[in-house]
Amino acid sequence: MAVNEDFMGREYPPLPPVDVTAEWVGEFASSVGATNAVHHDARAARDAGFDDVVAPPTFAVVIAQKADAQLIEDPEAGIDFTRVVHGQQSFTHHTPIVAGMQISAVLHVDAVRSAGGHVMVTTRSELSDADGSPVCTASSTIVIRGEQS
Amino acid sequence: MSVDLLNVQPGQELPGITVSVDRDRLVAYANASGDQNPIHQDEAFAKSVGLPNVIAHGMWTMGAAIEVVTTWTGDPTSIVSYSTRFTSPVEVPADGGAEIVVGGVVKKVDEATGRVTIELSVTSGGTKVLGRALAIVRTAPTQP
Repeated sequence: MAVNEDFMGREYPPLPPVDVTAEWVGEFASSVGATNAVHHDARAARDAGFDDVVAPPTFAVVIAQKADAQLIEDPEAGIDFTRVVHGQQSFTHHTPIVAGMQISAVLHVDAVRSAGGHVMVTTRSELSDADGSPVCTASSTIVIRGEQS
Repeated sequence: MSVDLLNVQPGQELPGITVSVDRDRLVAYANASGDQNPIHQDEAFAKSVGLPNVIAHGMWTMGAAIEVVTTWTGDPTSIVSYSTRFTSPVEVPADGGAEIVVGGVVKKVDEATGRVTIELSVTSGGTKVLGRALAIVRTAPTQP
């Protein structure tokens, strides 16, 4: 067994809050080719009604993957990171991520299942802002390849 | 809004985009995302673990592809949800890099909720790289 099935249903302690900076949002946006001015120009973002630049739709994965690391690096879980492949990803946005926010995340292990010699682990990170309001639900399925492939 | 979302119909196609990616762009994504897995930067390492070449982060591809929708709506915060499966890697050779070709089609218009479901098609070198890539956008503007 490449991963401990007892981890299904587990919830990890909240991630220490991550500061979202305008520079970080801009660098992320440039790297994925997100061209809208609201990602790069604080004035354009304010004109659109936001306090500062707005993160692109997949930026939340950066924080979600910090939360995922709690599981992947948990020796008890027994995950061999060199055999991990990203299978699926989803985001449900509750409010835009804007520079200046402090975002925390709580990691849930929703499913652990075996198929075809591989193990699939589905995690869900519930991102929230400094006052605890929901920001984004990011769900990820990783595939831990079996020893024979 | 670049498109009148109140008047879209199922089957309507979004204007396609092509996004180029080279090794420098993968380093920029690695630095911005914190995903420094060497399979996305180091050709010798990638080949040592059985990959054909350096491959793009799946999340780079997902992040780049959604531009087809945000350009169409004109508002990146119009995306309510976005999901995909990673079906094949995008190989990024040292010389010249690679491209992803992205299209989108309206699958569903929910009059009650004002939400529009778009299915993205994403290929690189003729190979489908994202599967069941679905974005749901809202027709009413975000109230920050």
